[in-house]
Amino acid sequence: MRRIWDTPGGVHPPDNKAQSLTSGIGQLPLPEKLILPLTQHVGGAAKVCVSVGEKVLKGQKLASASASISAAIHAPSSGWITAIEERAVAHPSGMSAPCIEITCDGEDRWIECMGYPDYKQATPLQLRNLIADAGVAGLGGAGFPSAAKLDRGTHMPVDTLIINATECEPYITADDILIRERADQIIQGIEIISHLLGTPKTILIGIENNKPEAIAALNQQCQGTGIEVVSFPTKYPSGGEKQLIYILTGKEVPSGQLPADLGMVCLNSGTAFAIKRAVIDGEPLISRITTLTGEACDINRNYEILIGTPVSHLLEQNAFNPDLCSRLIMGGPMMGFSLTSSDVPLVKTSTCILAPSHTEIPDGDPAQACIRCGLCAEACPASLLPQQLYWYARADDHERLQAHNLFDCIECGACSYVCPSNIPLVQYYRSSKGDIVNARTAKATAAVARERFEFRQVRLEKADTVRETKREARRLATEQAKITSPTTTQSSGSSAADIIKAAQLRGSTRQASPEQQKAKLERTLMAAEMRLKEAQQRLLQATTNGSADQQTQQLASVEAAKRKVEQTAQRLTEVSH
Amino acid sequence: MITLLTDNTMLAALIALVGLGTLFGGLLGYAAERFKVGSDPIVQQLDELLPQTQCGQCGFPGCRPYAQSIADGDAINKCPPGGQATINAIANLLDVTAPSLDEAHGEEEIRTVAYIREDECIGCTKCIQACPVDAILGAAKLMHTVIAEECTGCDLCVEPCPVDCIDMLPIVENIGQWQWPAPPNPIDLIATTASGMHEDAA
Amino acid sequence: MAFKQVSSPHSHARQSTGQIMQLVLLATLPGLLVLSYQFGWGLLINILIATISAISAEALILKLRNRPIEFYLRDYSAVVTAVLLGLALPPLAPWWLVVVATVFSIVIAKQLYGGLGSNPFNPAMVGYVVALISFPIEMTTWVTPVSLLAADVSHPGLLESLAIVFAGNSPVDGVTGATPLDLFKHSDGLLVEQIYQNNSLFSAASFAGVGWEWANVAFLVGGLALLKARIFTWHAPMAMLGTLALMSMLFWDGGSSNSPGSPLMHLFSGASMLGAFFIVTDPVSSAVSNRGRLIYGALIGLLVYVIRAWGSYPDAVAFAVLLGNFAAPFIDNYTVPRTYGHGQSRRATDKETSE
Ligand code: SF4
Ligand code: SF4
Ligand code: SF4
Ligand code: SF4
Repeated sequence: MRRIWDTPGGVHPPDNKAQSLTSGIGQLPLPEKLILPLTQHVGGAAKVCVSVGEKVLKGQKLASASASISAAIHAPSSGWITAIEERAVAHPSGMSAPCIEITCDGEDRWIECMGYPDYKQATPLQLRNLIADAGVAGLGGAGFPSAAKLDRGTHMPVDTLIINATECEPYITADDILIRERADQIIQGIEIISHLLGTPKTILIGIENNKPEAIAALNQQCQGTGIEVVSFPTKYPSGGEKQLIYILTGKEVPSGQLPADLGMVCLNSGTAFAIKRAVIDGEPLISRITTLTGEACDINRNYEILIGTPVSHLLEQNAFNPDLCSRLIMGGPMMGFSLTSSDVPLVKTSTCILAPSHTEIPDGDPAQACIRCGLCAEACPASLLPQQLYWYARADDHERLQAHNLFDCIECGACSYVCPSNIPLVQYYRSSKGDIVNARTAKATAAVARERFEFRQVRLEKADTVRETKREARRLATEQAKITSPTTTQSSGSSAADIIKAAQLRGSTRQASPEQQKAKLERTLMAAEMRLKEAQQRLLQATTNGSADQQTQQLASVEAAKRKVEQTAQRLTEVSH
Repeated sequence: MITLLTDNTMLAALIALVGLGTLFGGLLGYAAERFKVGSDPIVQQLDELLPQTQCGQCGFPGCRPYAQSIADGDAINKCPPGGQATINAIANLLDVTAPSLDEAHGEEEIRTVAYIREDECIGCTKCIQACPVDAILGAAKLMHTVIAEECTGCDLCVEPCPVDCIDMLPIVENIGQWQWPAPPNPIDLIATTASGMHEDAA
Repeated sequence: MAFKQVSSPHSHARQSTGQIMQLVLLATLPGLLVLSYQFGWGLLINILIATISAISAEALILKLRNRPIEFYLRDYSAVVTAVLLGLALPPLAPWWLVVVATVFSIVIAKQLYGGLGSNPFNPAMVGYVVALISFPIEMTTWVTPVSLLAADVSHPGLLESLAIVFAGNSPVDGVTGATPLDLFKHSDGLLVEQIYQNNSLFSAASFAGVGWEWANVAFLVGGLALLKARIFTWHAPMAMLGTLALMSMLFWDGGSSNSPGSPLMHLFSGASMLGAFFIVTDPVSSAVSNRGRLIYGALIGLLVYVIRAWGSYPDAVAFAVLLGNFAAPFIDNYTVPRTYGHGQSRRATDKETSE
């Protein structure tokens, strides 16, 4: 038996999983329209590669990955592209984002799929590209594009592969049912990942002990594969990546780092399934298992839904009663977000649609005062002090919030769950995190503006001095000409004398000016030198952790600063001679 | 000496007090020197806090001159783009109570960004000269355009444009920038329902 | 179709602040019963007066502050303060004493700081200390435990007690007397053994002091029940009792005339158990982290012993708690727990930001 570590904190909400497990994975009738948001997860939006009016086949690529963290999108069914525009998407804000709309033709005709059943012949890079092309993203929640995750794995030796089958959120049973029915394919997926990562020493499947059927199914499939199924006591939130890693290995992912830095890769079991489909069958990620549950729906069960299916379609098929429903949640009751409208599509990360009744999830009472009871701190899996964070969040004390490690909060909601005063702690943290990030960006943009402003100041000054010297030179030249040319002296003695006097006067003022000029130049030189030093420092920073773009930028500014120093120094020597 | 002291308790007390005073004074002075916290000159710190919009609404040609002026004793509530947040931060730095924004200099508004209607631009370069952060690109007699990321929304280019083709557009929030708002103050929440009940009763 | 926008988590545990406070009240019952048995009606009258004045004071201030009264009264915190104060004040104390102490607790020590959750000091203890300093005589007149009453004296009945409390009638001779801690403090120059023998307060006791010992046991039982119900963690009360026991063990010199008393006497006398489980555990004014609460509890235990042994007050829980409250923010600064993924814990006032 493998040793298991216990995370601090955690809560035991009623798990409410039985109601959606009474029947197996179901299929929905094809919806009339499918709506595919271009961003379905963290990272960049996908780049559209079809146009409105085009006919597409099931599995055809509609948009390709645009950046290193981004995933391709494929047509979940055959039909016509009827719109590429902003649509309401599944997002806590209820705002719109660019989407592709497909009107299904009902034929559901597949494009030709090229599988790779003998994946062992393929290089890791080929496999990785295959996975990236299939648009596989983490199906557990955040939806981190899998190829990017595996990429990180290939840069560093990976000795532990962890498959997350924990599913610690109440109500959700998507992974559970998938494992019960298709454990063989999940194991195949895990073997592909293992091959891609150069066969890590340890391969673990982490699963909570409230899923005996799934554990049995996995155990049966794992025999002789070297994959170890580790079950551990049920506690929320043991399915968080960091929590699971600690439970299984006793190691903590250092703050601000990734599991890959510890030589670990952690993927969801559903993702392993999607990878199997992508590699062996050549099918891109166009469907997923989603749990539909809650008392406001007559039927509670899991469906294999097509990505892009509107939530309303799912609800309609299951006798949804809006009057009973207290709120509509995408995801679980602990970390899921409320949907403001049911006209949004299901996406790659939609684990669950929860339509609870008013008795199931009542509207909370207004928050009372924090009595600092510490129940929240007892529950926090990250060992934070939620009550202090709350206090500082209300006071907008960003410094203290960061000293209390606000950014290590995983927003699991355990603290709000136990809070007897019913304080929406997590919302405070979210808003404060946003504020802090905004303040940081504002500061950065202000710094850029300052630099540009100062640069312009210098430029104007320089232009002024240049103009001034030119003007002086011209005037001097004319005067010289006047004095030497006899025609001018002829005109009138007194006026000629005046001019000479004036010229002398100017001369004297000019005489004084070299001192001033010198002082001024010295100042400019000093400033320029300082700027040079700063620029060099920035360059150093950029070379250690900046992008190539930043580096060239900084290099240019160093060059500019150098030039300025040289110029000023030269002028200074000229003036002082 | 000892007897003198024991006889004159008054004198002894005096000497003791003065001695202690000197000792601790010296200690404190030493500590102040020894553990001095180095910090940027005040103008620099003030400049850090100003929003760097460089709009001149404060009556100075840019944020730095205003920072200089504050350091010389000017009022701290003259910067509308920074708004109350900036005033609070400066007040905090200078350890004074924060006044509210001086309306004479303008009101706090949402951030905007300049946008040139390019087909109307006659290429007079006036806006370039006005822009404090060189965020406008263009050449004489050619169409001009604003680098949106560099624009501070200072408004200074709008006025000089002879054909009025510059708009200040508010920055629209997109889904990526959205953030959860802080929960409403529970007291307000209840207070409103409570007063509502009150009215019902009345 | 439009739905509500709410932040996660959507489900909540059922326990509310009001319920927690009610549980705390329930847990004082054993102590209350024992004390009432030992000291008569006075205690119940105290609690009644305190509760009524606390609720009225709270309601009044909430009204002045323009807050919904019913909503805030429902958190029961005022009642808890009142009951604790009622338990701590001497039975048969004049009514105005109880009212002054309670009103001070609620108005000055709690509401003026912003109400529940914002008070830096334990309101009940502030009220108690104010009363103790202002009215030392009334505050040190305790009732004699029932088993020590002379054969012909008994505790005043309900009506009689009311007369004493409200009309200022003085109780019959022999009904009031010193507390064990009092007695111990004022028996200088006697060997502990002699004190024990000479005085029925001790000689008739099972292990600490008549009347008080069983009241303390009862509070201990109530406190353990709360601990079991996870209303608070063991850290603060155990640290306090542990330190108190340790200190009294260290300085218990076998019972010389200078001895400050045995560990058993300290643990089961005065407000030791009431303090450990009902006052020190007051979350609002204590340190926040478990480590902090250990230090906080230990500090209070230490102070209790120091004041009892070498100070001029016989009991010290109130003073010790207030001093502990003072130190709490300081303790908090140094006891932020280590966060997941961080090598070590940070200071609450750390400047450097984590990216
Ligand atoms: S659980 Fe709620 S009331 Fe208790 S300390 Fe945390 S935030 Fe405060
Ligand atoms: S939401 Fe954050 S603070 Fe609250 S329990 Fe989870 S990790 Fe801790
Ligand atoms: S008013 Fe404009 S120029 Fe003045 S400090 Fe504020 S942003 Fe800078
Ligand atoms: S001031 Fe107006 S017309 Fe002139 S260049 Fe700028 S935008 Fe064009």
